[in-house]
Amino acid sequence: MIKSLYTIAENSLIAPKTFKLVLAGNAVVEGEFVNIAIPGYYLRRPLSVCDLEDGKLTIVYKVVGEGTKVLSEMKAGKELEVLTGLGKGFETRECREKALLVGGGLGVPPLLLLAKKLKAEGKKVCAVLGFNKAEEIILEKEFRGVCDEVVISTVDGSVGVKGFVTDAIKAAEPSFDYFYTCGPMVMMKVVCSALEEPGEASLEERMGCGAGFCYGCSIQTKNGPRRVCKDGPVFKKEDLIW
Amino acid sequence: MVKDFSVDLCGIRLQNPVVPASGTFGFGLELADSMDLNVIGGISLKGTTREARYGNPTPRIAECDGGMINSVGLQNPGIDVLVGEKVPALRKVYNGCVIANISGFSLDEYRECCAKADACEGIDIIEVNISCPNVHNGGMAFGTDPASAAEVTKTVKAVCKKPVFIKLSPNVTDIVAIARACEDAGADGLTLVNTFLGMRIDIARRKPVIANKMGGYSGRAVFPVALRMVYQVAHACKIPVMGCGGVASARDVIEMMMAGATAVQVGAENLRNPFACPEIIAELPALMDELGIDTLKEIIGTV
Repeated sequence: MIKSLYTIAENSLIAPKTFKLVLAGNAVVEGEFVNIAIPGYYLRRPLSVCDLEDGKLTIVYKVVGEGTKVLSEMKAGKELEVLTGLGKGFETRECREKALLVGGGLGVPPLLLLAKKLKAEGKKVCAVLGFNKAEEIILEKEFRGVCDEVVISTVDGSVGVKGFVTDAIKAAEPSFDYFYTCGPMVMMKVVCSALEEPGEASLEERMGCGAGFCYGCSIQTKNGPRRVCKDGPVFKKEDLIW
Repeated sequence: MVKDFSVDLCGIRLQNPVVPASGTFGFGLELADSMDLNVIGGISLKGTTREARYGNPTPRIAECDGGMINSVGLQNPGIDVLVGEKVPALRKVYNGCVIANISGFSLDEYRECCAKADACEGIDIIEVNISCPNVHNGGMAFGTDPASAAEVTKTVKAVCKKPVFIKLSPNVTDIVAIARACEDAGADGLTLVNTFLGMRIDIARRKPVIANKMGGYSGRAVFPVALRMVYQVAHACKIPVMGCGGVASARDVIEMMMAGATAVQVGAENLRNPFACPEIIAELPALMDELGIDTLKEIIGTV
């Protein structure tokens, strides 16, 4: 973990209440998420990394409270103090040949960087991305540029398969040996129980320090208590207690 | 002029007075990869009980203006893991003052845990937490009454050769009475203050933010209240005080020491800035220059 200053290169609205934040800086330590200090707010905001290349860090976030509202109003050129190198991410080695990525809503962004890593390792990648409705779809173009197959589902049926990601998986019948999921807890729970193949899920919990020393975000797993910020946020399906 | 940052806690020399507070720095090891721990004067380890505890349900954290509420509920691996694994591992990378923080739900538990901590070679000081607001029938229940605070103190002093600091709760009518009761019962020092019992409500869900409803409030906002209590206790007792509560800068450290603290604990600030302790220590020389201080211990209790 390191702390450094980043300059906002872009902070643009890409869907209702949803922003793409691009941060430029030299010191980037790879991690599953970063922890951003928001001026005027006591605790940092942990946000997952959507993309990372050439010292540029891309984060897609939704305005859910006052802190993210303030963040969304910050213009390009402003500096942010960010902790990087946080969290244990997805294990690409667990997938032998073909990966299935299952994302829901704001759980979709971290799967983009994962898709790029899997492709770099020569694996086939199918992404099933679920949203509530057409206007909430994010990163579709980026996923299509990386993955071998992209299936979109919307709850209202406005685009792609009507229903949930599980309906889209049933319809697409993708071939895979390992899955990776990130999204609402209820979605991940259903995905983990519906799929027979092994896989892992990226959890979300309210965090204190974000670096594993305050024990504010602990969960019970089949292997005992684990910290979402440090031992996770990604956990193996078989370790999770829903 | 060469500066002297060192302080003395009951015969234990700390190279500087800055100590991360219990619960805000894990067992030290969690941060060993991110910083040079050896610049830090002492480390108060995460509160430990006899048996392993998972703690409270989540959410355990609520943000506030100028601070935060936590209700971790003493998650810890138990005293045997502390003395058998955590402290020996920390000792491989850290040579400063190691403070074990002990909690309990009964006098027996305090006695047993403190005896084990006392027998552990890597531990320098035992800090007895009688002020945790996040567990029922333990913790704070012992620290809100002078008689029971004295009873815990006597119990642990009977089994400890190492310095024993009692960590006091601010959630009391008269903290000086409790401090005096601990001193009279044989405490070697006092740490104050623990967190303030607080609460937040999620107005959209119409429910408390914290799963356990209430939790301990700490952070910059509590500094003046904590400082006042340190001042009162340090002037009423002869034993050394570790001042704690809202410390976030070198200026706060100096202020706590002038109020009477021999060492100064940094708590919630570590959660918003994991590098708070080394940064505060690095700020000290310039601030001492500005204030004409060469020997830090000379300012203790000068106000």
